[in-house]
Amino acid sequence: MTNKAIKFDLDKNGIALLTIDVDGQSMNVINKEFMSELDSHIDTIIANDRIKGAVITSGRDNAFLAGADLNMVLGDLANKDNATPEEIFESSFSLNKLFRKLETCGKPIAVAINGLTLGGGLELSLACHYRIAADNDKIKLGLPEVQIGLIPGAGGTQRLPRLMGIQLALPYLLQGKNMTSKQALSNNVVHEIAPADEIVEKAKKWILDGGKAEQPWDQKRFKIPGGQGVYDPNIVQTFMGAPAMTQKETKNNYPATVAILSAVFEGHQLPMDQAIDVESRYFTQQLMGDIAPNMIRTLFVNKNKADKLIRRPKDQPEAKTKKLGMLGAGLMGAGIAYVSARAGIEVVPLDREMEYAEKGKDYSKGLVEKDLSRKKITQEKADQLLSLIKPTTDYADLEGCDLIIEAVLENPKVKADVTKKAEAVIPDGCIYGSNTSTLPITMLAKSYSHEDKFIGIHFFSPVDKMPLVEIILGKNTGDEALAKALDYVRQIRKTPIVVNDSRGFYTSRCFMTYPLEASNMLAEGISPALIENSGVYAGMAVGPFAVNDEVGIDLSHHIGEATKAALGDKYQKEASHEVIETLFNLGRKGKKNRKGFYEYPEDGKKFLWPGLADHYPVSAEQPSQEEVTKRLLYRQALEVVRCMDENVVTAAEDADIGAIFGWGFAPWTGGPISMIDTIGISKFVNECDELCDKYGPAFNVPDSLRKMQRNGTSFYPL
Amino acid sequence: MTDALIYDHVRSPRGRGKPDGSLHTITPINLLSQVLTAVREQNDFNVADIDDVVTGCVTAVGEQGGNIGRFAAIMAGYTDDVPGLHVNRFCASGLVAANYAAARIMAGQADMMIGCGVESMSRVQMGFDGGAWLFDPQVTNKIGTVLQGISADMIATKYGFSREDCDEYSVLSQKRAKAAWDAGYFKGSILPIKDSIGRVMLDHDEHMRPDTTTADLAALKSSFNDMGELGFDSVIMQKYPEIENVNHVHHAGNSSGIVDGASAVLLGTKEAGKKYSLKARARIVSFADIGTDPSIMLTGPGKAAKKALERAGLTKNDIDVWEVNEAFASVVLRFCQEMELGTDQVNVNGGAIAMGHPLGATGNMLLGTALDELERTNKKYALITLCVAGGMATATIIERI
Repeated sequence: MTNKAIKFDLDKNGIALLTIDVDGQSMNVINKEFMSELDSHIDTIIANDRIKGAVITSGRDNAFLAGADLNMVLGDLANKDNATPEEIFESSFSLNKLFRKLETCGKPIAVAINGLTLGGGLELSLACHYRIAADNDKIKLGLPEVQIGLIPGAGGTQRLPRLMGIQLALPYLLQGKNMTSKQALSNNVVHEIAPADEIVEKAKKWILDGGKAEQPWDQKRFKIPGGQGVYDPNIVQTFMGAPAMTQKETKNNYPATVAILSAVFEGHQLPMDQAIDVESRYFTQQLMGDIAPNMIRTLFVNKNKADKLIRRPKDQPEAKTKKLGMLGAGLMGAGIAYVSARAGIEVVPLDREMEYAEKGKDYSKGLVEKDLSRKKITQEKADQLLSLIKPTTDYADLEGCDLIIEAVLENPKVKADVTKKAEAVIPDGCIYGSNTSTLPITMLAKSYSHEDKFIGIHFFSPVDKMPLVEIILGKNTGDEALAKALDYVRQIRKTPIVVNDSRGFYTSRCFMTYPLEASNMLAEGISPALIENSGVYAGMAVGPFAVNDEVGIDLSHHIGEATKAALGDKYQKEASHEVIETLFNLGRKGKKNRKGFYEYPEDGKKFLWPGLADHYPVSAEQPSQEEVTKRLLYRQALEVVRCMDENVVTAAEDADIGAIFGWGFAPWTGGPISMIDTIGISKFVNECDELCDKYGPAFNVPDSLRKMQRNGTSFYPL
Repeated sequence: MTDALIYDHVRSPRGRGKPDGSLHTITPINLLSQVLTAVREQNDFNVADIDDVVTGCVTAVGEQGGNIGRFAAIMAGYTDDVPGLHVNRFCASGLVAANYAAARIMAGQADMMIGCGVESMSRVQMGFDGGAWLFDPQVTNKIGTVLQGISADMIATKYGFSREDCDEYSVLSQKRAKAAWDAGYFKGSILPIKDSIGRVMLDHDEHMRPDTTTADLAALKSSFNDMGELGFDSVIMQKYPEIENVNHVHHAGNSSGIVDGASAVLLGTKEAGKKYSLKARARIVSFADIGTDPSIMLTGPGKAAKKALERAGLTKNDIDVWEVNEAFASVVLRFCQEMELGTDQVNVNGGAIAMGHPLGATGNMLLGTALDELERTNKKYALITLCVAGGMATATIIERI
């Protein structure tokens, strides 16, 4: 038999070695071949009297086993509307059953964990009788299913708490956080850690020394560490507190978290065979809903494609950046310098005064020192990172740069001046990126002799935390510039989307509709707390007023004025413009001067400015939370559709990734386009028509959506 | 429909619900059986004529489990012929026990009943009976379960009661309870509780702190900040999105006290009373149970009172005596706000903030307190209501005769 996923070798001592090496996958993942080969290997282990036991390890150095193949899961889900719940359950339960078969096969099974062990990979390990992991801090073990709207579905919710204790295991299940080998040892998740080249031998030795083929939970007097059952005072507290703590984080938008809590709550009152059955029911529920498929598609499958540069012109040679000229060392410039140096790129932050340029490096120093104090980085690495940043005021130091990113004042004249000065010293044809968030790339490109080498590289603040980079193509931007920019984004390990030039590009333009619609509602007399909370409870990263304060009301005002001037007759006045104007005139600039929609006391939590009620008295009649939420989310989604119509963003995938990672659109939706698909085009159009009647042309339905409604199509094929 | 008449009421004094409380050494079954014994001894009737002993008890586990009323009755000399039934509507259990006993009589299916309640909170810890609504994630997520104190704080926040409002009301409760005790208003109903060799363990409500001032209360830290911060504030705010922050106003001094106690009423038809020459004291006019949002949990009394009034064909102006259980100060303040009553009109002899709230017995005790006050003042109607965990409430209207 030729093995496509798990090699099988039998040594002279009668120990089988199962080596995971899944064909056609860059990392070992669980697919159909894996499952059927594991099944037949288990049969062999049971049937062959010469086999004393088995050791499972990986033949790859990047991962032991990184979980289920999510492309397979998503593919299966494409047909879910035709499948009965029973069929989906049977399919989900098969892996659970397989691992149960492994742990009850009657012969001792050990696992030698020699790489990344996630999801089903960890669940396979937990179903082994003895677990030994390589002593390597790079190895991560975890159950990240919750991050894509799923629950561990192959025994993870049952075996991890039975090993660690319910209270300690819950954070790993509910947040999907990882543990290192050492943490796994102290968590009782592995029995032993050892140097990587010894683990297989040690695992074999455990078998030869008489390792038992029985899990603790299959033994009569088994007790869950830390307490068991709802009458145990410790566990009572946990099940009172954990759901509340979870709901505080999830705002009830992520049903997988409740399913995890229930699988643990119910499963730990049952023996393992029934416990895993209960777990698979909750797993099936998640698969049958809309949230997990949307999250898997956008947050995993499509994000991975974006990370692997799906939009990169294929014929362009790889163009890694070695030396970056960073024009402007303000907040954005300093952040870009840091993430670039972190990726090993030499950076020259240039500013008008040495003092400013140095500040660009000081920012990195601050972050590095924080990492040092938390032992996230070694002194050597820290020194190396900082040595790559070479602040200057002298344009001549830009010599030899192979990429320029400009992040100076948002003023076309200043930008043009800087571009000219830089061009005088950098290599001819060097790719030139601008981090502008508002000015048209096509216009800025005119200051550069090679318009085809000019491109928008738009970062988000704070640069070291925000995962997205928006690449903007000017009218004349060429493939070389695009390839270079994308290769750079990959180097700094961020996720790119590619959009076309437009006012505010894609992300800024769509994002702004969120706080603006909130201000429209404020002007109508809707309670500011209701508006703000509706945004937060809908799963937006930040409430609309809080985010407007972060952006700065002065900046909102400036953008509003600029838009008005640029659009001329086409400009549509909204009540929100007057709200921004009022706050701006009152000197309320936002968080920066501790006065915005919120008050920011020096010694306490921020609170909504009570003075809002003087300007916008709260009406006695208030709309429902549902209506407020709809206005906030639909307004953004409509702008996204308009961007697709205008070819600003060219793919639903980019639109969704950009919304979630760029401006914090509710991740549970899978993005605004996924949200529209899930609601259904027809229903969405009808609801927007109603909103349009009530609240004006901001909710005008684009013709493209009406056409889709007529034709019964959707954005995504699924 | 047959009238259900109240022939008698007996209640124990309330002991501090801690190991140093005066009733801590008395088992709950003994506590209840002393009250039931007094009912039997004060009224000359054939015990076998009692059709059922309906008993309210909330934490019905351990020594309070297993249908405590049936065996308390046997211990109290009611013979083997008298059955018992346990009911649990959380804090209103003692009142619901009386209502249920009355309902059996009104329906013509019983002639003499006892409705009673018991809770020995010093011996059986509140919450020890578990419950899906507290721990099962499917349920807690669906209803938005929070700690009761968080609900009470949300009531204060949503309906605009400040910490000072709650503290002032609580001082009033203490002063009223003290004045009522001093004037002997409770004398006719309180049964001193004795130990097995006949020593009196307690003859008064020992939880009271009559000297408490608003300044004393202002010094107490509010109790639910930390648990609120942990996540419960967020859970309840997600039900009330117009609220920006929960104002934590409650603490031990403006919430009901944890105590031990038992209480009973003797109910019967007119004919049953005649048979044994018992004097009827009051008539059960109407009663109602309602449900509201289980998350804010404690806003039900207004709705229950209105429903009971409607059933009785009465208006609030007909009610002379109002008893609203003082689970938390905000519950009473919200009730007054909703019913447009002054705090001078409710709980005129103090309440659970001063005297304590023995969960399963309180409703029954309030029924007796209201009856005592009607008789003392020669008034006609009283309305008794309690907020109930899980978003319920119960109200009963009685008429003195």
